[in-house]
Amino acid sequence: MNTALPNPTMPPSLSLYGVSVSSRLLLGTALYPSPKVMAESVKAAGASIVTVSVRRESARANSGMGFFELVRSLNVRVMPNTAGCRTPREAIATAHMARELFGTDWVKLEVIGNDDTLQPDLFGLLEAARALIGDGFKVFPYTTEDLIAAERLRDAGCEVLMPWAAPIGTGRGLANPYALRSLRTYFPDTPLIVDAGIGAPSHAAAAMEMGFDAVLLNTAVARAADPVRMASAFAAAIAAGRTAFEAGLMEMRDTAAPSTPVAGTPFFGLDPS
Amino acid sequence: MQLKVFVNGEATVTSAATLAELVAQFGFAETGVATALNGDFVPRGARQSTPLAGDDKVEIVSPRQGG
Repeated sequence: MNTALPNPTMPPSLSLYGVSVSSRLLLGTALYPSPKVMAESVKAAGASIVTVSVRRESARANSGMGFFELVRSLNVRVMPNTAGCRTPREAIATAHMARELFGTDWVKLEVIGNDDTLQPDLFGLLEAARALIGDGFKVFPYTTEDLIAAERLRDAGCEVLMPWAAPIGTGRGLANPYALRSLRTYFPDTPLIVDAGIGAPSHAAAAMEMGFDAVLLNTAVARAADPVRMASAFAAAIAAGRTAFEAGLMEMRDTAAPSTPVAGTPFFGLDPS
Repeated sequence: MQLKVFVNGEATVTSAATLAELVAQFGFAETGVATALNGDFVPRGARQSTPLAGDDKVEIVSPRQGG
């Protein structure tokens, strides 16, 4: 068997902070109809990284570790988030609590500036990223498509960036494809994960065709009528988009061009004049 | 001595002198929760040496689903 030929079904693996990642679909663990459906969706997605959070524990429930046990049984890497944090101070404390609980220095860093849009506060994000990187965290910042913010985050030591497609939970897809394309061109060697706002597998495929390295989503799978099947659909779309990017898409044209050869067309010249 | 502190936003009267005692009084497994005091993270190993004062704001969190 000739093993030198590239295998299109096995694209080169993605490396995040030196960790080789087999799946380009990162999945959230929230909003599923049940823990069982969540677990089956993670399996159907083939995800190797899932996002988690920390929340206030009630003495009556004492349920957090049960959830963590379930996630642990899935044999995936966890990426805790700082969802809901509105200041760098809150995000920093939350990241530290998550690192102790989950035993990982990975953090999906969110500093939210506005409750309606859930738009990242880029200034607070940068401040928190600097502090956490100083504390030894591997920071995955949830950011916008802003090029200068991205550059500052890179300079601060973020080896991966996670620009939004659209506001969290909207399912609107790539709201600003031009800006996302610019970001991809501007950072050819930085792993870029499109995070938030993806609603349909076609949105995820479009992001992958642009050359983004991975997609992180939650609501589009968890809120589907059949989350497990939707997880499979996203996995297929992301694999297709990635393979298409590697295969090299044709260039778009403004004018039509025949695909069937023109030379040798029968009856040529017999048209009425 | 009784202290009034806020645990996860709720006012609580406690006889706990340290953060570790408070976590134990609430019935939490020591390794099942993480803590912050007045907005700053307190590592598990430092809870025993972290005294409580009146009106302290304590956060006690555990793993949860996230996006």
